[in-house]
Amino acid sequence: MTTTQTGARTAGRIGDNAQRPDGTLKVTGEFAYASDLWHDDMVWGVTLRSPHPHARIRRIDVAEALAVPGVSAVLTADDVPGENAYGLEHADQPVLAADVVRYEGEPVALVAADHPETARRAAARIRVDYEVLPALTDPRRALDDDAPEVHPGGNLVRHLRVRRGDPAPTAPVVVSLDFEVGMQDQAFLGPESGLAVPAEDGGVDLYVATQWLHVDQRQVCLALGMPPGKVRLTLAGVGGAFGGREDLSVHVHACLLALRTGRPVKMSYGREESFHGHVHRHPATMTYEFGAERDGTLVYARADVLLDGGAYASSTAAVVGNAGLLGLGPYRIPSVAVDAYGVFTHNPPCGAMRGFGCVQAAFAHEALMDELAAAVGVSPVEIRQRNGMREGDRTTTGQVIDSAAPVAELLERVAAMPLPPPLETSDLRNLPGAVGNTTHGEGVRRGVGYAVTYKNVGFSEGFDDYSTARVRLQVVAGEAVATVHTAAAEVGQGLVTVQQQIARTELGVERVVVVPADTTVGSAGSTSASRQTYVTGGAVKAACEAVRTAVLQRAAVALGGPVAGLALDGDKVVGAGGEVLAGLADLLGDDAVEETVEWRHRPTHAVDPETGQGDAHVQFAFSAHRAVVDVDVELGLVKVVALDTAQDVGRALNPDAVVGQIQGGSAQGMGLALMEEVVVADGHVRNPSFTDYLLPTILDMPPMRVEVLEYADPHAPYGVRGVGEPPTISSGPAVAAAVRVACGRPLRRVPIRPEHVTGT
Amino acid sequence: MDFLQPSSWHEALAIRAERPDALPIAGGTDVMVELNFDRRRPGALLDLTRVGELREWSVEDGGRVRLGAGVPYARVIGELGDRLPGLAMAARTVGSPQIRVRGTVGGNLGSASPAGDAHPPLLAAGAEVEVASAARGTRRVPVADYFTGVKRNVLEPDELIAAVLVPTAAGPQQFCKVGTRNAMVISVSAFALALHPDRQAVGTGIGSAAPTPRCAPEAEEFLAGELDWAARRPLPEGLARAFGERVAAAAAPIDDVRGTAAYRRHSLAVLARRAVTWAWDDLRRAA
Repeated sequence: MTTTQTGARTAGRIGDNAQRPDGTLKVTGEFAYASDLWHDDMVWGVTLRSPHPHARIRRIDVAEALAVPGVSAVLTADDVPGENAYGLEHADQPVLAADVVRYEGEPVALVAADHPETARRAAARIRVDYEVLPALTDPRRALDDDAPEVHPGGNLVRHLRVRRGDPAPTAPVVVSLDFEVGMQDQAFLGPESGLAVPAEDGGVDLYVATQWLHVDQRQVCLALGMPPGKVRLTLAGVGGAFGGREDLSVHVHACLLALRTGRPVKMSYGREESFHGHVHRHPATMTYEFGAERDGTLVYARADVLLDGGAYASSTAAVVGNAGLLGLGPYRIPSVAVDAYGVFTHNPPCGAMRGFGCVQAAFAHEALMDELAAAVGVSPVEIRQRNGMREGDRTTTGQVIDSAAPVAELLERVAAMPLPPPLETSDLRNLPGAVGNTTHGEGVRRGVGYAVTYKNVGFSEGFDDYSTARVRLQVVAGEAVATVHTAAAEVGQGLVTVQQQIARTELGVERVVVVPADTTVGSAGSTSASRQTYVTGGAVKAACEAVRTAVLQRAAVALGGPVAGLALDGDKVVGAGGEVLAGLADLLGDDAVEETVEWRHRPTHAVDPETGQGDAHVQFAFSAHRAVVDVDVELGLVKVVALDTAQDVGRALNPDAVVGQIQGGSAQGMGLALMEEVVVADGHVRNPSFTDYLLPTILDMPPMRVEVLEYADPHAPYGVRGVGEPPTISSGPAVAAAVRVACGRPLRRVPIRPEHVTGT
Repeated sequence: MDFLQPSSWHEALAIRAERPDALPIAGGTDVMVELNFDRRRPGALLDLTRVGELREWSVEDGGRVRLGAGVPYARVIGELGDRLPGLAMAARTVGSPQIRVRGTVGGNLGSASPAGDAHPPLLAAGAEVEVASAARGTRRVPVADYFTGVKRNVLEPDELIAAVLVPTAAGPQQFCKVGTRNAMVISVSAFALALHPDRQAVGTGIGSAAPTPRCAPEAEEFLAGELDWAARRPLPEGLARAFGERVAAAAAPIDDVRGTAAYRRHSLAVLARRAVTWAWDDLRRAA
């Protein structure tokens, strides 16, 4: 007689709400962020930054700073051994300004000292002789013939043309508007920090909070004049990113000081320096026009989008790409003419931020959709459903959408959600102004607004977008353990959890260790463009599959049968019926099975330079929001009562984490609609602190209803669709629309300030 | 930087006299921000948190509350909501719960910011600031005379704020504060109102709309003269509006990163109109 034992299934697989491995540490305050880095004999590095938006450096005198007791090094541009230039797309940004400063806050010199306060005191004693030059601070003037040149060769970073259909279309109904979007900050809570440790081989080990270790490594190597083998990066604890860590911050500076002093060097920005130390979301000036049939069916769209890139290129060209290629929204439009421009100015550099060019455009196209709805006499929901993309449609660049595009359904779902109860005045916290006690109900009007978006997932326009994963299966202390090693940056979004879930699913082992991300394994690409679960998830899956294949072949040999039908589950080798055939630990013995896989999504393609036509993107992600607001129309104060959403995520690998992304993204979009703005006047940042750069609090952000749709993308691993960005794009325009409805004013600029609502 | 920690009021005043370069610190919610942002590097910090006298409040003869300079906002809210409703309402709008546990009315007066939340209700209530020095003893300054400029006050270099004396409310009080988000925000404009039916008078206080917190005396007199104190008939809408306009006219606001001068004036008119409506309704209900 034989008995068949069926093993327990491995828990914490994809689709489960597996707990974050770093969750307890973070909640209890034990997690080591980059600002907690420490080395016993370290010194502290600080940056001296330009007070001027545009000036020539005539001379720098560091003698007085060097004489401060405790100071071990003072460095300027002359001390950069390699190329004094870096940049994500173009190396146009000096590590330390040499002859000219092009924005307020540009790094000019570095100091290392035994105490950060000493270093700051010494930095204040560096004498920089500036010749202040006229600054170009109005992006609308950047392309004028007489505008000062920010860089030789002119102020145009990129002009993207998209042309499709009838070049001279006409329509019976025409609506148009101008729209402006202010500069938003990523406002991650963990400021820029890193620790550079000089190594015995003459190289340097850099521990730093970032979004893409390998692109940092490439730039640091160029600046230091060192080969990649001598510049090793390890990810330090990242306290949020949102695009603001794509560009270098402390990286080269800390390495330069470490190599000069021979000591480990820590650099950590305060909040004010952080506002100067990373790129922001591009301010935008936009003109849009829609032509439609009398029933609201779109005939054509024209758009002119101007993005202020600030002083250096950063990722402006790619942001222009998104604004141009996706900037008409998720609608079927037969004829389009879009011109998107990114320009240089002497304003703070702008670059990547969650939503990447789509955020700005969505405020314009969604406001205009509401105008169109009003012009033809249909509801905001109906106008969007009538024109919304469907699977099989072509985008404005002619690309066929080859997986779900549920625009109409998303809108239907948010529209069908229950509306919040009417205004309740007994608790001030429910009212606009809250305990500020500005109204007891007087002047309060309710408004409801809708918005929908789509966003590309992953890098587009022909970029070789891949990730590398190394997976090892071996026995540790009698149990099978999978080790996953990638260079992918966990920035708080939960990729570490998803990597564990994928390994458990594919290898059937409970214990999965995700080792720290570093440059000893191949590039994972950037933690941006909502791409890591898709691309690094795909790489981990592929590496696990390769390991599994090897293990099952070994099992087949050991068991004396075919590979077919064998599987791994519950730390066992199981047969087709789930019956346990062998323990994984017994099968592996002392051997480790390790595979490294470089994984790519389907290729994308550059667009035609004249028409912008082409298959530029690998995947699109869709979301819709409905905002309900109470507005005190006499004071212009807003209480967001509800901010509900529906989003297609393809497949939710970790449903709780998906909802967390949607809540956070929605809050960030709402913040831009109502309060978040880096105010820049004449090239100077006026509010570099959380006192006056306002982020939504718990009294500003309502509880959300979130409906998650799972229409699997057949081309993506597990059917996943990027999650992180769409909510940031559609939430803000929905809030802005609701405020417009409540107060009856056009409100063509965000953030909407109280004086815009009141017209004072 | 020296850190000086007196354990008694007497000792605090002695240190203050010796060290005019010392910056007094109580809750630290202003001072620490200044230090962290490297805006100030005083020769010493004079920590007043161990001076027990400062953390007490009592009711004086005549019904005035003597509020020690070191009583935090959380206690004003919890313990003085009935006696000093306007100040308690203002205290509720200060920062976050953590800040309200640390921050003090005395500290607010020390910073003397035009945006200090405690100032408008103190003006409206007709409070006095009690200051003291080792050499000259105690003096009391009407809060309307206390502020001398942006973040400046009448304190001499050897003086410390001991307490603020606030008349117990004899009638309804209101405090309204506009900010660009719904919590934890510095005011764009603020307005406090106190009705004194016992003497048929009106008190006002304006915040964030002039170089210093200030009263609107003309608006006070106008309203006091127009209100139907005897019969307490409903407030005419036109009167509330006219009062609001006079309050707005008393302001001298500027454009800055938090708001425009025009909006500040406009919002004060709205706040004053609403505040007087609520306060008068309260008075009628109480009758």
